[in-house]
Parts: sequence; C-alpha cells; structure tokens
Amino acid sequence: MEILKAGKGELLGWHDPDEARDWVIHNKSRELKDKTMSVREAVSMFVHDGDFIASGGFGHIRVSMAIVYEIIRQKRRNLAMAGKTAVHDFDVLVGSGCVNKAEVAYCFGHELRGLSKASRKMVENGKCKVVAETSNAGYQWRFLAGMMGLPFIPSRNLLGTDTGDYSSCKVVTDPFSGKPINLIPAAYPDVAFIHVHRCDIYGNAQIDAILVEDFELSRCARKLILTTEEIVDNEVIRNEPWRTAIPFLVVDAVVKVPHGSHPCEMPGVYYYDEEHIAEWLGLSGSEAGVAEYFDKYVFGVDSFEDYLELCGGKKKLNYLKRREFLKEPMVAPWRK
Amino acid sequence: MLTEGRYNTREFLAFIGAGLLEDKKTVFVGTGFPIVAAMLAQKTHAPKLVIVFEAGGLGPQLPELPVSVGESRTFYHAVSASSMHDTMSLSQAGYIDFGFLGAAQMDMHGNINTTVIGDHDKPTSRLPGSGGANDVASFSRKLIIIIAKQSKRTFVNKLDFLTTPGFLDGPGAREKAGLPASTGPYRVITQFGLFGFDDKTKRLKLISLHPGVSVDEVKENSQFEILMPDRIETSLEPSDKDLTILRREIDPAAIVLGK
Repeated sequence: MEILKAGKGELLGWHDPDEARDWVIHNKSRELKDKTMSVREAVSMFVHDGDFIASGGFGHIRVSMAIVYEIIRQKRRNLAMAGKTAVHDFDVLVGSGCVNKAEVAYCFGHELRGLSKASRKMVENGKCKVVAETSNAGYQWRFLAGMMGLPFIPSRNLLGTDTGDYSSCKVVTDPFSGKPINLIPAAYPDVAFIHVHRCDIYGNAQIDAILVEDFELSRCARKLILTTEEIVDNEVIRNEPWRTAIPFLVVDAVVKVPHGSHPCEMPGVYYYDEEHIAEWLGLSGSEAGVAEYFDKYVFGVDSFEDYLELCGGKKKLNYLKRREFLKEPMVAPWRK
Repeated sequence: MLTEGRYNTREFLAFIGAGLLEDKKTVFVGTGFPIVAAMLAQKTHAPKLVIVFEAGGLGPQLPELPVSVGESRTFYHAVSASSMHDTMSLSQAGYIDFGFLGAAQMDMHGNINTTVIGDHDKPTSRLPGSGGANDVASFSRKLIIIIAKQSKRTFVNKLDFLTTPGFLDGPGAREKAGLPASTGPYRVITQFGLFGFDDKTKRLKLISLHPGVSVDEVKENSQFEILMPDRIETSLEPSDKDLTILRREIDPAAIVLGK
C-alpha cells in the first residue's frame, strides 16, 4: 500500500497486534476474583515511572481524581499522557511535574473557564513536550483500533491539515474507493484509570451517563484501575447485564472512593466544585501557587475523606448534589 | 463598530449564529458561543433542531448553559446518551448538517488554528488543540465559524498552525485531500459582519454588515483581502424577546454573553 503522507508525531503506545494479543493472553486474568484495594496500593502496583497513561471521563467530568492525586502524592515521573480531552486531570498532573510528555487532542483549556495556566507554562518553557497532535475522534479511534486488536483504523478526518501532519497517522490510497484515507494507529495505554458509578468486587462496572471514550479505553488499556462511587453485589450486575459498560476481564483494580471525581462532575450524583476549580485556576499562575495548592490538597492530607473535609465537607457535598439536580443557580467564580 | 445599546456585541453574535440554524436539522456544537446560539435557535424558530455534543449527548433539552460539552446537561432529557465513537461515527457517516465552532485564527479559505501561536515545538502561546474541531469541520455539511474578535491578528494570511480544515488552499482541495464530499465552511460570524465563501474561489466574502459597522472597518481588520458582494446587506437585529431569552433563560450568569 502506497503511503501518501506520514505524520511526524511520535507513535505513543502502539504495539504489533500479535504482541498485543500475547500480552493479553499472559497478563489478563479470566478469573472472577476480588480486585478491591486502596488507592495507594492501586497506584503503587499499576502506575510506574515512564508509563503512557490515560484518564477516563472527559476532562472535568467523571474523572478518577483520587488516582490523579495519588499519582502526584507518590511522585511518579516522566509519564506520557493521552490528551484525549484531558483538562483538569492533565493540568494538575503536568503542573505537579508527573507528566512531561503528551499527545494532544484537547488539553490546556478548562472550556468556558478559560485556559490552563500551569500546564501551558510547562509547555511554553519546554518542561512538557507535545510529541503529537490529533483530534478527539482521532484519539477515540486509536482506542477503538486497540480494543479491536487491529494495528490501525481508517478514518476521513485529520486529512489536509497540520493536525494530521503532526499526528502519528499515515495517509494511504483506499484500495476500495481509490480516494486518500487516513490510518489511525492503535493505542494501548500502559495504564488507564476510570471513575464509575458502581461496580462489583470483580470490576464489572455500570456508568449512568455518556461513556465518552471509556468503552474503548477500558478495553485497550493494558492495566485498568476502576474507582467507584459504590461497590455492589455481583447479583446487581447479573440482574441487568445489558448495563455493564466495563466487564471484569479488562479490570485490574477496584477502589471504592465516594465523591472520587471531586472537584470534577459525576453525572447524576454531584456537579463540579467551581469554587475549588477557581482556587486552582487562581493559584496555578505561579510556581509558588502550584506548590501551595499541592501542599494543601495532596501532600497535606492522608486520605480522600480528609481531602473532602478540607474542601468543605458534608455541607459542600450536599450543595454539589443540589447543584447537579439544578436546585442551585449556576455560579462562575473563575470569571474575572 | 457595532452600535450597542439595546444589546451588547456578544448577545448580537449569538443571535446571528442562532439565525443560521434551521429547524429539523442537526448541529454539532463546540463550547461557548455555539451552544448559546443553538439554544436560542431551539427556543425561537427551530424547536426541532437536534443538538449533538461530541462526548455522547444527542438531542438534549438543555436546562441551562453547559460549562463543558461532556457534562450531564449535555444529555439532559436527550434521546440518547452514548459515546464519542457514536457521535463521531454518525458525523462521518453524514448525519450532521451544521458544525458550529469558535476559533482563535482564520485564513481566507476558512481554515482555522486553535493549536499554537508561534512555532509548534517552541510555542509563544500554547492553545488547546483541535479537540473535536478537526472532526466537526471534516464531517459537517455546513460549518459555521465564530470569531468574536476579528482583527489583523485573527484574520491572517498564513495560520501559525492549520488545526482544522476550511477549504484548505482553495477549490477542490478538500476532495483531493480525501475529505468527504459536499462539506466545508458555510458562514463566518465576527463582531463586524456575517460572511460566506465565494463559489468559484472559496475565499471569504462579506454578506452583511452589523448595524453601525462600515466596510472600511471590515477591510482594515484583516490581513487578507475580503471579497465584497455587489450589494451589502445589513444584519438583522434581535428582538426584545430574543434578548430576554438569552439573558434570563440561557446565560443568566452572563458567562458567555457578558454584562
């Protein structure tokens, strides 16, 4: 097949499909076994320096912040991160010095809240490298190819643009239509962490919301940590198996962390903590502010419960629940 | 300058955006302005407009302005809450009529940059990147672009980075690159006017000036030459009812629209 154009982006997390199968065969247990553990254990067992990591949800929505904070607490370094619309998770992981390499579909912004100060500064001063560009569909379909066990998947986006030229894709002539077609390489993150509404001790998980990219990401990641609002009996899963978004086969760790997405949203449970996000956005403009934030909210607390208490405790959590259900008005404390 | 008074510039632009959207069609929206415009269209002339969000929300009845295109508001009372693979596949397969995006920098062919200002590897300013923009512009039949601050810095001869495809370098270029047929930029909205693209050259062409804006202002605030029509229209103005909906129902915290 003639290659018309080859993107110059670094190919992160790609494996030959037989190598990928072999890895699954030797590393993924088929046994229904208890995978519950603590946040500390999950990160120390499954997140290693130099790993290519991916965070589930959507930047500020259904993010496994408990794992994100623990990665910072355990001072992992030289991580590469999938910028698959990675926003608050990415900003704090880059700002804390854990992540220094990224493939970017959407990062460096907090949507309506404005641009990220900490992670942009790290890129602009060369401490974090953007090694490839892509688009949101471009990233999503890297995961799709990975979960299908394919080396690549064809697509009709990214063509004709610098985004395509800086991606890890290749453009070839489609043998069927004769038209140029983009080939998106598979991605197999070393580890992914996804926050769900509920799962059993084996990792069979339900998500009461849009799945975003998590159907595919959960299945292509080599190691998968689930954090969950609650752990339910296996019978709950078996009574409505069509609701299982992620099956136990692909899961390596299950960690119960109620409110584990805070300050990000958990659809149908609690809304964003805009006050907390505004505090981060305010502090993250300077190195001293970044250090102050992490000293207070990561290194200064022993557990996620202590962190939640520091953020306003029950009163705040009750407010975030009311806000999620539209019983409190919209606030924008980050707006100048 | 647009004559403010009854409305501010941002409210006016949201109204112009809404007016471009048609009933019983689909629109794939980006963060901010596009959502506000689609919400206004739905509450006025296009109640059956289907709003699509990249993260999986399809056909929601938005109860308030979403801060993110992936939060729970984006699938509130929706017909479907699925995934990015689903919305992007529907788009690639031809189900999206309008794409609606904001941009940092645009050239005469409607190509846009939201990736970097300066050199890619040593940027002066790092911007968020494509997000879903490259996909929306590749797959939508009619792409609407909003640039709230047209100037020589935003209407440029050469983009620092071509993030998202307009007509690339002119007629036939999209097809040659392999992008789907019958897609591409349709309208551009700025604080000065509403623009389309010339059929033959695929270059930006003025359609209407907003009230109080002069042709010279449009020309002066662009590095490239903007084509002029034989007759320049004046953009329609929002009614008091439109403004009430924008202020009370859509953006009461004035996050996108300002005070």
